[in-house]
Amino acid sequence: MAKAKAEPAVANFAGLDKDTLHELYRQMYLIRRFEERSAEQYAYGKIGGFLHLYIGQEAIAVGAIQAMTERDHLITHYRDHGYALAIGADPGAVMAELFGKETGTTKGRGGSMHLTHTDRNFWGGYAIVSGHIPIATGLGLAVQYQEQDAVVICIFGDGSTNAGAFHEALNMAAVWKLPVIFLCENNLYAMGTAWEYVSAVQQMSTKAAAYGIEAEIIDGQDVITMYEATQRAVEHCKAGKGPYFLEAMTYRFRGHSMADPETYRDKEEVEKRRSQDPLILFKDQLLRGEMASEDDFKSIEDTVEEQVEAAIQFADNSAVPDPSTIEDFVYAEPIWKSNGVAGEETARG
Amino acid sequence: MASTLEDLKELQRATEEAAERKAAGHTGEREITYRDALREAITEEMDRDPNVFLIGEDIGAYGGSYVVTRGFQEQYGRKRVIDAPIAELGIVGAAVGAAMGGLRPIVELMTINFSLLAIDQIVNHAAKIHYMFGGQFTAPLVIRTASGWGQLGATHSQTFEGWFAHIPGLRVVMPSTPRDAKGFLKAAVRGNDPVMFIEHSLIYRNRGTVPDEDYILPLEGAEVRREGTDVTIVSWSRGMFLALGAADDLAQEGISAEVIDMRVLRPLDMDTVVKSVEKTNRMVIVEESWRTMGLGAEIAAEAQERAFDSLDAPIGRVGSMEVPMPYAKNLERLIIPGKDEVVAAVKETLR
Repeated sequence: MAKAKAEPAVANFAGLDKDTLHELYRQMYLIRRFEERSAEQYAYGKIGGFLHLYIGQEAIAVGAIQAMTERDHLITHYRDHGYALAIGADPGAVMAELFGKETGTTKGRGGSMHLTHTDRNFWGGYAIVSGHIPIATGLGLAVQYQEQDAVVICIFGDGSTNAGAFHEALNMAAVWKLPVIFLCENNLYAMGTAWEYVSAVQQMSTKAAAYGIEAEIIDGQDVITMYEATQRAVEHCKAGKGPYFLEAMTYRFRGHSMADPETYRDKEEVEKRRSQDPLILFKDQLLRGEMASEDDFKSIEDTVEEQVEAAIQFADNSAVPDPSTIEDFVYAEPIWKSNGVAGEETARG
Repeated sequence: MASTLEDLKELQRATEEAAERKAAGHTGEREITYRDALREAITEEMDRDPNVFLIGEDIGAYGGSYVVTRGFQEQYGRKRVIDAPIAELGIVGAAVGAAMGGLRPIVELMTINFSLLAIDQIVNHAAKIHYMFGGQFTAPLVIRTASGWGQLGATHSQTFEGWFAHIPGLRVVMPSTPRDAKGFLKAAVRGNDPVMFIEHSLIYRNRGTVPDEDYILPLEGAEVRREGTDVTIVSWSRGMFLALGAADDLAQEGISAEVIDMRVLRPLDMDTVVKSVEKTNRMVIVEESWRTMGLGAEIAAEAQERAFDSLDAPIGRVGSMEVPMPYAKNLERLIIPGKDEVVAAVKETLR
């Protein structure tokens, strides 16, 4: 993990204006509060199964997505709440999905690990560690094949870089010079196992070198750093130079999931890392740079608080999926039964 | 048990006879090989839709392990005929992503044995995407792969169609004739579901008729290949030719066998099977796989659930011996069922 920068002389805002900076803070705060309230709702028994909180890693999703255009594609691992919220999914729909309601982002079919927001080409969270990385390569192939002015951003954790799918996907992306940004969130633990027990190298970006992919290690706790690095990666990909690898050093402040007993790391370590809270760091930065006042923060935070409360109300008041629809979406409408012209239907049915 | 060469001759003969029966009275059809049916389906779909592309190992310069794609890279270029690394998981994953992104990938997995390397992408991803994202997008890819055997050893001689037929969200076809192969493949390419399209290395040279005009066949429904009254023999792919051969032999002895080609293994068309069993009251299932936990077990279970009162004898099952495939030719011959075992199984149900 990169060390916190000691009081920089001049705060760097990467040329972003005040409104945009406030928006970035708003997104980070939204993720933070959404996750804290989700944990509470989980405790109330309104959320079942897994709940993987993004607390501590907010700057990565928010900074990276800020560098994306509407045409760019996003695909992530299962710790996906932050990405869904930052890319613009309705917090009510996200909460409703966690509650298993019909109004959720996938109508209660996917759950917490499979959020999506197709309006912004967010192709979802995936729950088999490393399984979505080859899919990102395929999305990159489609972008290149159709000559879209776009990139694919693929998010995964340090743990997935030890799996075969990661290596096959990186090799193919490099061989075919695909516009894919592989963004590794290195939070030092593959679920409950520290990196040194499962990875032969300390920095996961070292693995990108095997495929000749340009890579950099960045401070994932700093939203502006994330934004700037992702911008560099986007430019690289759009210039036709092939894939790019970003390794964002970060830390998960909460357990792997709600069931995590956290026996694998000690409390002092966690407390120490909390001094690197991306929200506090960014807030300090904005105050120092006189880009926001305490009043601005209060206004943003109050608005977010209401929004998250409204999301919970929405999820609470939404209907569960109708059991009569349980077999919907197993298969698409067969072309030999549909009225559409065979073969002219789009993949987005 | 018949040798591979004898099997081939037998298959050839059975197919030709089937083709003749089929062709009688028909016009606007021509006779081509199973391999050429696949080649026509692929090129017609590539010509129709620029988003259709091929990806697989050695499908370009090499021409494909079973020579299905020979010449296509020269014709369509490297962009549309992609030689992939030998990395099935990555290949299928890339195809899933490309399909989600708007393309129509036709993947060639050299043999079905190698599909096991890609099974996470097929089962956990391709088959689930439409459902788990609430119907918002699909992964319309076709995975062509070949079953088969012929002194290829333990890891290259397996038939795994039952594994894929187990999975909701996949469509699984295993066509036996050129007509089905072409019509199914074209429908698979145009449809929006992931399709496991399973060929068989020992029937590529079989001949049969296909319509001259552009056609697709629904990826559903079994077909009665030969009508009979005494027993129903159910099979698919190469097994169907064993069944037809056995039916010929049985006819010599005055036994009238009905032969059903399942063709589509998911969804299974049990209506056709049940209807036939209600007529014949006896049934034998022929598969090249191991019988344990296999497709034949599923078909038998459902047949007895739905047609228990019609059955006059326990359902017979013919499958391969439950050992990994040995290399030695004499041993291999003992593993794969032959026509004589089908005849014996039928006689057992008539005892």
